[in-house]
Amino acid sequence: MSGSYLPGEYLAILIFIVLGIAFGVVTLWVGQFFRMKRPYLEKLVAYESGNLPTEEPRMRFSVKFYLVAILFIVFDVEAIYLYSWALVYDQLGMFALIEMFIFIVFLLVGYLYGWKKGALQWEK
Amino acid sequence: MQILTIILQIAILLVIVLLHVAYATYFERKIIGHMQVRMGPMLVGYHGLLQPIADGIKSFFKEDVIPAQADKPLFLFAPVICLVTMLTSLAVIPFAKGWVLADINIGLLFIFAMSSLASYGVILAGWASNSKYTFLGGLRSMAQVISYEIPLGLSLVGVMMLSGSLNLTTIVTSQGNSFSSMYLFPQIIGFFVFFIAMLAETNRVPFDLPEAETELVSGYITEYSGMRYALFFMAEYIGMMVMASIGTICFLGGWNGPFEIPFFPPFWFILKVYGFIFFFIWIRATLPRYRYDQLMELGWKLLIPLALLNILLTGLFKILVH
Repeated sequence: MSGSYLPGEYLAILIFIVLGIAFGVVTLWVGQFFRMKRPYLEKLVAYESGNLPTEEPRMRFSVKFYLVAILFIVFDVEAIYLYSWALVYDQLGMFALIEMFIFIVFLLVGYLYGWKKGALQWEK
Repeated sequence: MQILTIILQIAILLVIVLLHVAYATYFERKIIGHMQVRMGPMLVGYHGLLQPIADGIKSFFKEDVIPAQADKPLFLFAPVICLVTMLTSLAVIPFAKGWVLADINIGLLFIFAMSSLASYGVILAGWASNSKYTFLGGLRSMAQVISYEIPLGLSLVGVMMLSGSLNLTTIVTSQGNSFSSMYLFPQIIGFFVFFIAMLAETNRVPFDLPEAETELVSGYITEYSGMRYALFFMAEYIGMMVMASIGTICFLGGWNGPFEIPFFPPFWFILKVYGFIFFFIWIRATLPRYRYDQLMELGWKLLIPLALLNILLTGLFKILVH
C-alpha cells in the first residue's frame, strides 16, 4: 500500500465526471434546436390534477424527516468507523473484536433508547 | 496519449451503458408483459425490438416544459446531477480482470459516496419544481435513501472483513475461482440485508414510494418532461446496474465462473448482473408496494440489527478459523 497520495487512477474518474456532465448538458442543449416549444399558461402551472394549485407548494412537513436525518448521521458515522475497523481486522484479531463489541454495545444502548422513545416508529 | 486512451475507453463504456439502459427497459416491459400473460411491446420492429430506440428518439423531440414557478437553474441541472453521479460509479467497477477504468483502493467507498450524492439530484429536483407532489416525493425519497444506506453499508462490512480490502478487484480475487468459495455462503445474512437495501436504494418495487403514482402522481419527477425526464430514467436504470454489479462483485464472485470463456472475459460478470436485473423485474411483477411507515420500520428495526449481527458472527467466525 505504498504510493503517492494522488494516484493516477483518479484521473480517469475526473475525466469520467467531465464527460458525464458534458453528455447530459450537450444532449439537452442540442435537443433545444429540434424539440418544439409552445408554452402557455395552463401548461406551465404546477400539476395538481388539472386544478389551479392551492396553497404554497413548499408547505410545512413532518418533523419525522428531521429525526431520520439525525439518526442517519449517528449511524453513518458508525458505519464509516466500522469500515476502517473491518480492513485491519485480520491484523488485530481478538482485540479488535472486543473493542468493537464494546463500541457497538454503547451504540445499541442509544439505539434501544431511540426505539423505546418511538424514534424508529413512523406511525404512533 | 494516456488521456486519449481513457477518453476512448469511457466513450465506449458510455455507448454500451446507454444501449444497456435502452434494452433494460425493453427487457423489463417484455418480462412483465409475459408474466402478466401479455405480449409486451410488439409493433416497432421484430417483437418490438426497436421500441427502445423509438422511445429515445421520441423523448429527444418532446417539448421540455419548464414550469413557471420553478427555480430555474436548479430545475435544469438536477437531472444531470443524478445521471453523472450514477455514471461515475461505473468507473470503479471491474467488469473482468483488468477491465476497470479506475482501479482505486477505496472503490466500494467511492460507490457509496456517489450514490449519496445522487440523492442531491433527487431532493433538488423535488425542491426546484416547486410543486406539492415533487416536494413530498423528494422528501420521501431522501428519507428512504438515507435510511437504507445504513443497512446497505453495514451489510458489506462482512465482505470487507473477509477480503480485507475496499478495492473491488481484490474483493473478487479473494473469493477464488470456485463456486463454493463465493462470499454468498459465509455472508448469507449480509446478502439478505444487502438485497433488500439495494431494492430500496434504487427506489424499485416494493419500495418505490418516492414515485408512488397512486398518491404522489410521479413523485419528484412529476414536473419533468421530455429529455430531462429521460435523464432521470437513465439514472435509475444505471443505478440498478451499479447495484447489481456490487452484488455480483461482493457476493457472487464477480467475473469468476465455472470455466473461462475465451476472448470475452466479462461473460460471467454480465450473466450475473443480468440475473440480478431479472430479479429486480421479477419482484416488480410479483410484489405490491410497501406502506411508508412499514418501509421505515423494516429498515431501522430489522435490517440494522441483522447487519450488526452479521458483523459479529463474521468476527467470531474469523477468530475461530485462525
